[in-house]
Order: sequence, then structure tokens, then C-alpha cells
Amino acid sequence: MSGETHETHGAVHRHEPPTSFIRKYIFSLDHKVIGIQYIILALVAVLVGMTMSVLMRMNLSWPGTNWPILGTLFPGGAPDGMMTPEFYLSLVTMHGTIMVFFVLTTAPQGGFGNYFLPIQIGAEDMAFPVLNMLSFWVTFVGFVVILAAIFFSGAESTVGPIGGWTGYAPLSALPNSGPGQGMGMNLWIISIAIFCVGSLLGALNFITTLLNMRAPGMSLMRMPLTCWAWFTTAVLALLSFPVLLGGGVLLLLDRTAGTSFFIPGGLYIGGELSGASANFPIHTGGSPILWQHLFWFFGHPEVYIAILPGMGATSHILSTFARKPVFGYRAMVFAIFAIGLLGFFVWGHHMFISGMSPYSAMTFSILTLSIGVPSAVKTFNWLGTLWGARIRFTTPMLFAIGFVSLFVAGGITGLVLGQSSLDLPMHDTYFVTAHFHLVMGVASIFGMFAATYFWFPKMFGRMMSERLGRIHFWITFVGVYCIFVPMHTMGIVGMPRRFAQFTEYEFLATLHPLVVFVSIAAIATVFAQILFYFNLVWSIFKGEKSGANPWEATTLEWITPSPPPHDNFAGVIPTVYRGPYEFAVPGAPNDFIMQTEPEPGTVPATEGAGNGHNGHRH
Amino acid sequence: MGRALAVIIWLLTVGSVGLFFVKKWWFPTAISEHAPALDSQFLLTIIVVGLSFTAAQVGLGWMVWKYRDRGQSDRAMYTHGSNRLEVVWTIVTAVIFIGLAVMGQSVWASLRFNEAPAGAFKVEVVAQQFQWNFHYAGTDGVLGRTHPTLIDDSALNFIGIDEADPSAKDDAVHSVIAIPAGRPVELTLRSKDVIHNFWVPQLRFKQDLVPGMAIRVHFTANTPGKYELACAELCGQLHFKMRSFMLVLPTDEHTALMGLPQDQFQTRMTELLAKYKLPTAY
Amino acid sequence: MATTATGTRSTSRKEAQVSGGPKPPGPNGRGPGENGWRQKGEGNQRRKFSPAAYRIAMWVLLAAIVMMFAALSSAYIVLSGGEEWASIAVPRMFFWSTSAIVVSSATFEVARRYLKDGRQRQYAQWLAVTLLFGLTFLVTQLMAWRELRAQGIYLASNPHSSFFYLFTGVHGAHVLGGIIALLFLVVRSRNTYELGTPRSQASASVVSLYWHVMDAVWIWLLLLLLVWR
Repeated sequence: MSGETHETHGAVHRHEPPTSFIRKYIFSLDHKVIGIQYIILALVAVLVGMTMSVLMRMNLSWPGTNWPILGTLFPGGAPDGMMTPEFYLSLVTMHGTIMVFFVLTTAPQGGFGNYFLPIQIGAEDMAFPVLNMLSFWVTFVGFVVILAAIFFSGAESTVGPIGGWTGYAPLSALPNSGPGQGMGMNLWIISIAIFCVGSLLGALNFITTLLNMRAPGMSLMRMPLTCWAWFTTAVLALLSFPVLLGGGVLLLLDRTAGTSFFIPGGLYIGGELSGASANFPIHTGGSPILWQHLFWFFGHPEVYIAILPGMGATSHILSTFARKPVFGYRAMVFAIFAIGLLGFFVWGHHMFISGMSPYSAMTFSILTLSIGVPSAVKTFNWLGTLWGARIRFTTPMLFAIGFVSLFVAGGITGLVLGQSSLDLPMHDTYFVTAHFHLVMGVASIFGMFAATYFWFPKMFGRMMSERLGRIHFWITFVGVYCIFVPMHTMGIVGMPRRFAQFTEYEFLATLHPLVVFVSIAAIATVFAQILFYFNLVWSIFKGEKSGANPWEATTLEWITPSPPPHDNFAGVIPTVYRGPYEFAVPGAPNDFIMQTEPEPGTVPATEGAGNGHNGHRH
Repeated sequence: MGRALAVIIWLLTVGSVGLFFVKKWWFPTAISEHAPALDSQFLLTIIVVGLSFTAAQVGLGWMVWKYRDRGQSDRAMYTHGSNRLEVVWTIVTAVIFIGLAVMGQSVWASLRFNEAPAGAFKVEVVAQQFQWNFHYAGTDGVLGRTHPTLIDDSALNFIGIDEADPSAKDDAVHSVIAIPAGRPVELTLRSKDVIHNFWVPQLRFKQDLVPGMAIRVHFTANTPGKYELACAELCGQLHFKMRSFMLVLPTDEHTALMGLPQDQFQTRMTELLAKYKLPTAY
Repeated sequence: MATTATGTRSTSRKEAQVSGGPKPPGPNGRGPGENGWRQKGEGNQRRKFSPAAYRIAMWVLLAAIVMMFAALSSAYIVLSGGEEWASIAVPRMFFWSTSAIVVSSATFEVARRYLKDGRQRQYAQWLAVTLLFGLTFLVTQLMAWRELRAQGIYLASNPHSSFFYLFTGVHGAHVLGGIIALLFLVVRSRNTYELGTPRSQASASVVSLYWHVMDAVWIWLLLLLLVWR
């Protein structure tokens, strides 16, 4: 992989941590503080996103109901307590944008990746701590801007732009194409552009850190699978966010400078022909499909950016609590890479019915279904890891098993949607909504729940409450199945996404009981998350003290105290002697062997093929 | 705990598969020529999906049940995997998944790789925010010229028909699409403003209408009747209300309708819309 | 696979190191202290400068920048196939700007050669020359804009003109970043003490890498604008 080196052992000496509050907690250079900042950002963002989904479900299930509280909170968007369609659609947009960018991209990568990647490879910090701090604060500014879009959307009756998280042009490119297409859309684009920059800085840091700062002996094939996942995610982010950034610049120019990148000539909107007046300048020569290509070239890898860290965490946690090495480590690494690589060649499956060439649709279709192969390989290996195990059912393990279950449930319907012919009835129905929520939303979040319960003791030195954690798991696990499985059948009936109401169509009337059922399940599941938030806050102060290695795990983060000191290993750079998941080694005194343990028994004198040495040249 | 989790996983599996199995909520009865092939491809895919889903969940539950820590004195099995297994399941899934993708192409190819057959009934579809306009060629079978500068909402010329064009004289524009049963139909899809989508669930057919493009697609509807037509691409505030109907008429009724002069055409359409009822059972 | 418990068991830490574990410091000819890890006796200072990290980071950054230009280029290629495409004449000023940036790449290399030889004065001079050519490039690009405006061709006139302004603007912003880095090098080049340290060598090499890639990107964009119309 790289010929970069780190030949020396660390000597025993330490960095002095900063003492002022601002340098310690606000503009900190410490990757651990920055990681926690990212996690807090995601925890706040997910509250906003979940609240929006509850409002959306209320509007869909009980049409015409007067909700006095809505009327009070949003006099413009819900006059007399009834939501306007544009209010609903702006909720759709903001829910999607906030969840995808500020939750599913920040928590797994910026949060847990930032905190644990350096520790797991035995580094004292990221390669560029200042850049790391910048990437968080840039992301934070992006979040402030997207929140600003709620309040300055340009229309009284909306809380953001109308466009979905995909923001298809020319709807998004023309300020006069309806309510919510004003200032809110500008802020939306600017927020995403800022977010792109923040993510790029982060990716730069991740890649450099991983290639250049591994501890002695930490060859690539001795890295925990989490590190492989974060690394691949960083590569995906690095190559896909610039494309979105470029697209965003073009879209913003179309909106504000009168260019026509995505706007064709001869449009007629709201009784006005393009060029007829100053607020509808003349446009010519643009292509709406171009935006879709640019967006989905980013958008599809983004799906993997959201879920790959969850896969990494799941492999890591499954192995730890199965008390078994990961089954097929090498295959897992290849699968992560295959998913990442193929992820760049399948964006067209979002566009089968967009008017692009039917022949390219065929190619995209076949490539898309081949992505199912590495995904299936991962699932088989997870099952293989559990096979012959001694499973300890801790809360993180429950969520990791839940991840496997949900990843299968959500991913497998990709077999339907990836076929161009079956996309004819399925496209833009709730089948799609169900599919991507299960796999990209819920499965990823289960990965993050598992990661939170697993690493919380390391981050705060205290355990989270197992009892609360279990209740949280049971409700959430059953809840998400109840929410998203029925959505598939709604899609089969033909219920389209992004409808403010289903009352207009007779063929949708039959689905009303399902819609209500889903809403009740959704609202119950959302309220169950209070348990999680409570558990987090309570455990920081009152949780049981954890010690350095409460889970009897093997990787480097568990050799250092909880929480780790400022430079992670108190001035000593650890030396790594073996692979990351040495559980249940026959003859060893314990059923787990730390990566740093040099005792005889597992250090091979000869290099067998596939043993994972020399993946890295010294 | 392990047993409880296994049981919950299995119950959720049974519930999920059951929801698909009972087919209480399913596709509406298909009316198009390509639909049976598409439906059977869907059925095949959903069976593969269902079997894989069930196998994975049952397997997961079984692992969780069987290999829970029961305080045994011995350790877990020490293995790093099996290359043979990796190769086997990679090949098996690749064959199944890619095989499905290839099989799915035949319907797609029949619809999209070929031009509409000769003699297809031609309609131009011009969508605009929250309204459908269907442009019929009339008796001469030739669509009149249109131009955006000629659009005049007050004169109800929504699509900008050029009255100077002789072939436009007998053209009609209506918000409902009326097509003949059993005869291929070719749509030319255009949009005046933003992206819309032509979606009739019974047709198993969907296509975006993209401004700046004239997208030609074709299909054949076989069963006469009235069906709901929806916009399935977010097009703005009243997207959810952008509804119309598709009338599939017996050939003679359709031919008679298309031969009518404009004013009678409108009246006859209203009559036909009242005559045909939406399907009651879905 | 992860490490397996096969093979001869080694009994001491030293053997473990020999057999594929950690190696003693500096076996590959690279001096200790160059590699990013602190050495004994360095006290509490932060991790030492790592040229490898800078080089990796620059390649990674350039990959991202090239991806963005690739996206904009493919947008250009897609739209140039459209029916409403109208092409405009390329400003003659581009001849001068292109010459300036190509020459600046060459002078940068000359400067770096002097740096390697440790000839500080020449290094500083040639860096300044490079900076001058870089600034010339930006100024001539702005003059190309003026030339277009004089012809009544603006950003929003038609897609081809939009891409003219877009390409030059986005690329110019990146060159401006390069100029700031160059300025930084020029200021540092006056400090004899710094010269010859790994840090100054590495800064010069990553900035020059950036500069050459921006040069290449410009030539690519110019070819697009000229040829693919």
C-alpha cells in the first residue's frame, strides 16, 4: 500500500494538554475532543431530523386533523393547525438533507472515525490536527446554514426549500418555480457546499493518518476492520464530494447569476416565459439530467459513506462479543473495497426512468446487482463469525446483531430496485423509501448505536446502563421493522413518495390502515430514543466505572486508560505484534490476546501466506 | 437473552414475509402488454429476495440461539475463515444476482430498445406544474407545430399550438389521455417547466418528462377502462394533486372520438369519463 | 487472515521483532527524526515534521481537486452536445496566460534544483520569478475576461461563455491558493537557517507539485474550450 515508514518506537514522554477551556473543549486540536464534537453535532441534528419525520407522519396519517400545537409553532406553515403541502415538502427536504449529511455522514466518520482511527492504529493524533479542527468547524458552519434555511426560507409557509434531498433541477434552479424555491434553496446549496469542504478536509486527514502514522507492527492487514471501513469511506468522500461541490456551484450560478447549466431554453412557469421579465431571465442550453448525473455520482457513494463505518463497527463488535476472530478478515477487506469501488459505477440506477439512454440503464442495472455480491459476502462472514461462538449479549452486541438483520432486510430489496424493468413500477414509490431507510438509515444508525454502547466506556470511563440499553434495543429493533416493512407493500401498490397527502387518489385509499400503523410505530420508536439520550447523559455522570478494557477486547484502544490521555498512549507509541481479533486462541492464558502482547504463542517466526504480515513494508 | 433475540428475529421474519405472502396489498391488476412479463420477473425476484431474507434471518437467529454463552468452560471455535467457503458463496451469489439482472433486461429491452411499432397511436404529453396536457393529432394523424412563445393561458392554449400550421387545425388538447385498447401507443413526453413523471400503476409504466427534452416511449394497453394517472416526480407545491385519468377505449369508440371536431371532442370526453368507472378492486 | 498461531514460537521480544513484528529504528536509510515520530530526548515538543505526510496529503488533495475539474469538464462535454449550444471565440489573451503558467512551472523546477544544491540566493530569485509569472497568469486571465466583456460576452450569455468564466474562475481561485503558498515559500526562502531542512525541501516539493498540476489542469481546460466546442 504505502512505502511510508514509522521505524521507531516512541519514547516515553508526553504532550502537555492545553489548559484553557477554549483550547480544550471548543477549538481543540485533540482528535478525541473533535470526535465528540462531531457526535454531539449528529445527536443534535438527528433530533431535528426525527422531529421533522414525526410531523410528516402526523400529516400523512391524519389528513385534515387540526393540531393546535402546530398552528401555534408554525403560524405560516400550518395555519389553523393544518399543514400546507409546501410545509410538508420542505420538511421532506430538510429531514433528508439533515439526516444524510449531518447525521449519517458526521457521526460514523467524523465522530467515531475521528476518535478511534488514530487510537486503533496507535497514533497519538491525526496527521494534521489543525486541519481536523477546521473540518469540524466548517461542518458546524454548514449545519448553522442549513438551520438558517429553516428560518429564512423565503416563504412564510415553509421551513426550507422544496426539492427533496436530491434537489432536482430545474425545480431547484428556478427561484420562481414555487414557494420555498427562494432564499431557502440558496442556503441549502451553500450549506451542502460548505459541508463538502469540511468532509474533504476530514477525508484528507483520515487518509494521510492511516497511511503514515500506524504504530510499529501495525501492518495494513493487522488493522481492525473499522479502520479499513473508515479509510474506504474517506476515499469515497474524497472522490465524490468534489463532484457534488462542482454541481452545487453550477446550481447556485444558475439561480443567482442567470447561467443555464441545468436550465433548458423555452421554459414557461407561472404564466411567464423565460426571458419575459427581470426575475425570470432568459435561459438556454442547459440539461436537467446533468444535475442528476452529478448529484448521483456523489449520491450513490454517499450511501456507502453512511453505511461502511457501520459495517466496520459491526464486524469489530461481533467478533469481540462472539469471542471469536472475524471470519474471513481478508474477504471482509476485499468486500469493503469492492463495495467502495463498484459504488462509483452504479449511480445511473437512480436514473433509469430519467430519460437517459436505455442501453446505459442496462449496464448500470447489471453493475448494481453485482454490488450485492460483496454485500452478501459480508453477511456470510458475519454469520461465519457467530458460528461456533460464545456470544455475550451486551447492548452493543444486540445492536450489532440488529445491524446484520436490518442490513439484510434493507439491502436485499436492492435486487428489485436494481433491475431497470422492475424500476418502472417501483421508482419513486414507498418501496424505494423503505429500501434506503432500512439499509442506509436504520442499519447505519444501528451500527452507530452499537458503536456508542461499545466505545462509551472508553470515551467517558463509565459504562452505559445495560438495562436501559436493552429496552432501547428491543423497542427500536421491533419498531423499525414495523415502520419500514409495510412501506414496501405500499410501494408495490404504487404509493408515490413526496406526496403531501394521499387523499387525492382512489387507488391509495386501501393503504390508509397501513399508513396509520406505520405512523404509530414511527412515533413510538422516536419516543423510545429518549431512553438513549437519557442513558448517555446519565451514564456520563453516574455510570459504573469501566476500567481500561471492560469488554476484554483486543485492539489498541483498550490498552490505554479510559478516557485516554491527551496523546492517547501517555507518550509511549505501542508496538503491534498480531492481528486485531485474536480471541479464543488455543493454549493462551486468556480467551483474548491484545494486539500489543509479545508473549510467545502467537507470533509466528515464519510468514505464512495470508497471515497478514508484510502488508506493510518496514 | 440469546433465545429471546432469536425468537424476535424469527417473528419479525415471519411477519415481514407474511405481509408479502398474503398479498392483501399488492399490484393493481395489470392492463398493459408488457405487464405479465414484468410481473413474473417481479415475482421471481421477490421470491429470491424472500428466500434469501428468510435464510439469512433464520440463520442469524439460529447462530444467536445456538452459540450464546452458556457459561461453558471451553472457548469459542478458533478459526479465521475458509477460503473455499468464500469462493463458493461469492460465486453462488454472483450467479444468482447477475442472472436476475440479465433476466430482467428482456422486458426493459422490449420497451426501450425499440422504436414504437408502425401504426402506433401517437399522443404528445406536455406536463406543467400540476396539470397534464395531452395533445391529440386529430383526423389527419399529424401533430400540429407548437412553440413556447405561443403559449397563452387565457386563450387556453396551454401548449402553444401554432394556429397557422394547417395540421394543427384539427388538433385537440385535453387534460385526460384517451388511448385505444390493444394498439401500441407512442407518447412524446415534454415538460413546460420542471421535471414531472407519467405514472399509471396499472400500466406498470413510468417515465420522466424533462424540460428541454422530447422523450418518446411506447406501450400497449389491453383492457378498456378508466385509470388514475399520477405525477411521480416531485414537481413543487401541489405535486400530490397533479392527477388525471387514462381512458383505455375499445378501438371503435376511440376512432370515433378522434374523428370528432374540437368542441364535440370535449363533450364526448366528459361523457366517456362519466361512463367508465375506476377499478373497484385493487 | 489475521495472524495465526502457526510456526515456530519465538521467545523473546527481539526475535519477535526480527520475524515480522516491529523493526528497530531507521533500517531503511531514512534518518530517524525524519519520519514523524518523536525521538528520545526531544522533550515535549509536538511530533516532528513528516515529509511523507505532506506528500500524501498533497496527492490526496490533488485527487479531490482533479475530481472536481473532471466533474465540471464532463458537464461541459455533456452540454456541448446539446442543440442550443453556441460556441464563442477564444480570447487571444489566453495565449499569453498559458505561456505564463507553463514558464512558471519551468522556473519553479529551476528554483527547486538550486534548493537541492543548497544555493539559497538563486533559489530565492527563481522562486520570485515563478511568483511573478504566476501573478502574470492571473492578471492575463482577468484581461481575458475584460476582452470577453468588451465583446459583450458575459457569464450568462450562453453555456459556452458560462464555462469560459467558470473554468477560468474556479481554476484561477486554485491558482490564487498556489500563489499564496508560493508567497509563503518566497518569504521563507530568505531564511538561510531553514534552507536544506526536510521541512523546506518538502514544502517546496508539495507546492511545486500543486503548481504543476494546476498548470496541467489549465491546459486541459483550454483544450476543452478550444477543441470541444
